Amino acid sequence: MLRNHPQLKHILSRAGWYLLTFLVAVTINFFLPRLGDANPVDAMMAKASSGLDTKSAREKEDAYLKEFGLVEIDPQGNVLRDAAGKPQRTSLPVQFLRYLGMSLRGDLGTSILQHPKRVSEIIKTALPWTLCLQLPTIIFGWIFGNLLGALAAYKRGVFDRGFYPLALLASAVPAFCVGILLVYVFGITLEWFPAVGGYDDGLIPTMSWAFLKSASYYYVLPFLSIFLIVVGGQAIGMRSMCIYELGTDYVKYAKLLGIRESKILLYMFRNAMLPQLTGLALALGSMVGGALITEMIFSYPGLGMAVLTAIQGNDYPLITGCTLLVTVCVLIANFTVDILVGLLDPRIRAAQAGAR
Amino acid sequence: MKLFRGLLKSPAFLVGMTLFLGTLLIAFLAPLFMNIDPHRRVGLPFMPPSSEHWLGTDHMGIDMVSLLVAGLRSSLHVGFLAGIVATIVGTLIGVYGGYKGGLLDDILTVGTNLFLVIPSLIVLILLSSSLEEGRSLSLIALIIGCTTWTWSARAVRAQSSSLRSRDHVNLARINGYGTFGIVMLHILPYLLSYIFMVFILQTATGILSEASISMLGLGPYDSVSLGKILNEAIRNEALTDGAWWAFAPAMVLITVIAFALYVLNTSMEGIFNPRLRK
Repeated sequence: MLRNHPQLKHILSRAGWYLLTFLVAVTINFFLPRLGDANPVDAMMAKASSGLDTKSAREKEDAYLKEFGLVEIDPQGNVLRDAAGKPQRTSLPVQFLRYLGMSLRGDLGTSILQHPKRVSEIIKTALPWTLCLQLPTIIFGWIFGNLLGALAAYKRGVFDRGFYPLALLASAVPAFCVGILLVYVFGITLEWFPAVGGYDDGLIPTMSWAFLKSASYYYVLPFLSIFLIVVGGQAIGMRSMCIYELGTDYVKYAKLLGIRESKILLYMFRNAMLPQLTGLALALGSMVGGALITEMIFSYPGLGMAVLTAIQGNDYPLITGCTLLVTVCVLIANFTVDILVGLLDPRIRAAQAGAR
Repeated sequence: MKLFRGLLKSPAFLVGMTLFLGTLLIAFLAPLFMNIDPHRRVGLPFMPPSSEHWLGTDHMGIDMVSLLVAGLRSSLHVGFLAGIVATIVGTLIGVYGGYKGGLLDDILTVGTNLFLVIPSLIVLILLSSSLEEGRSLSLIALIIGCTTWTWSARAVRAQSSSLRSRDHVNLARINGYGTFGIVMLHILPYLLSYIFMVFILQTATGILSEASISMLGLGPYDSVSLGKILNEAIRNEALTDGAWWAFAPAMVLITVIAFALYVLNTSMEGIFNPRLRK
């Protein structure tokens, strides 16, 4: 049945691959934080047990142990204990299976720092900020960077000589340095834009005009700092890609045929775009990582800030929840790019047709 | 030899090399001429630059020049160690998979692509936050190396699989060389210049990754690094106090090293890659 739908087959095989990647990501997310001896309940008890007598401290510990799924419980909901009275620990594989089930249901556990609050709740308020900041920035940065790179490759001369070192510098500057520089110059010294935060104090995030106005004002600096870096990196890649395309036979042939410059440029651009799109899929992970750190510098109320506070407070459930979500977002973005490549690349189309 | 003369003629290479050697000189010669002690308080917090303390003091009143030199040394240490680890892991996986082909190559490729897609910063965060105690400089370098090898494995694999069916490799196989011998004697030498370029980029990645992770507060516990200087400066509100000397020099140093390494890499690519050579 699939034979007649090569596109669908491509999409399904990619989907299968990404499902595998997701499973690996969940596994890493579960096991890496458990490599050390750090245990969320010990961390919480250190904070909560002061001023409690042994009995109530023990009750509290039991409640926490149950909440984080670290111990076996009997049908009545009591913690099972061994002969010495110590709580029976759930084995790691069982914990992992439970964690897997919970994550698939969207339940990421409870935060330690903001205790009764669910991790999924915290993420739900942070995620829109991150998406609104990073998605447009990366897309526009990619488009603009590619246009600039193609232009530099085509024009060469003075424009290229000035542009190339600048772009190289922009791609070498770490994301957070641009962020710090913008905060210092435009936020603190010149006071053109607010330096930190996502919206004015005292406003409540709603779809009101006042809130949107304030939020877009705060948007400028973080947007710029991520944008500049994406543009620099992409422009360099596109430039060398286009220089290579300029030397190929089809461009020479087209020139000999006397085809208009603008038309040749269009052909070249189309051919150089595809590797750039594949490149985007590979670079997304590091771009998102850099953007997360930028968010922290601007104290932007997104996932980056959530990760930072979680790390500072040893809030393991929140750390793993955020990292898992970031990974999932990157995977979804990658999947989209992959499908786009499949739809656009004539070679993949031909291979699919040939496989029929 | 001709290649090296070509390198010395390329202005990009000279610029990159000068910048890079400059940072090395600062890191290794400065301690000979001045008293570098990144722990001793010499003045008030956030003192502006003066003739006594060229770059002022940080939030604890420690001389910034001392901090920067010590930080630069640890950043270079992390960068090189991470670069070596990542290059070795990536090259081994890439060369072996690319030469062998078949099922093993498929498995290695799938594994590489998996970790290429999962953001390495995420793995870094997870690993370092689980190692709460005892995050030494070398351990951090090791962790960084183990999370950033993926794209070098991918690049090396592509190169080595193109060498696989060359005549000289076939000849070696007919003559009875084993996989190890062929890889060591007939594939690796051809990739050396390429692997060296990979190493330069991996070192840059290592330095930038250390800075990123220190910015998160997951830096080394036992030493100063450039990322840690930035982290401390921001946490102690150097930005709002207008104490630019507490963060700007560290930023410049990180950028200069990364820029120098990138420029070195592109200039070498222009010389080593016959297609780009004019």
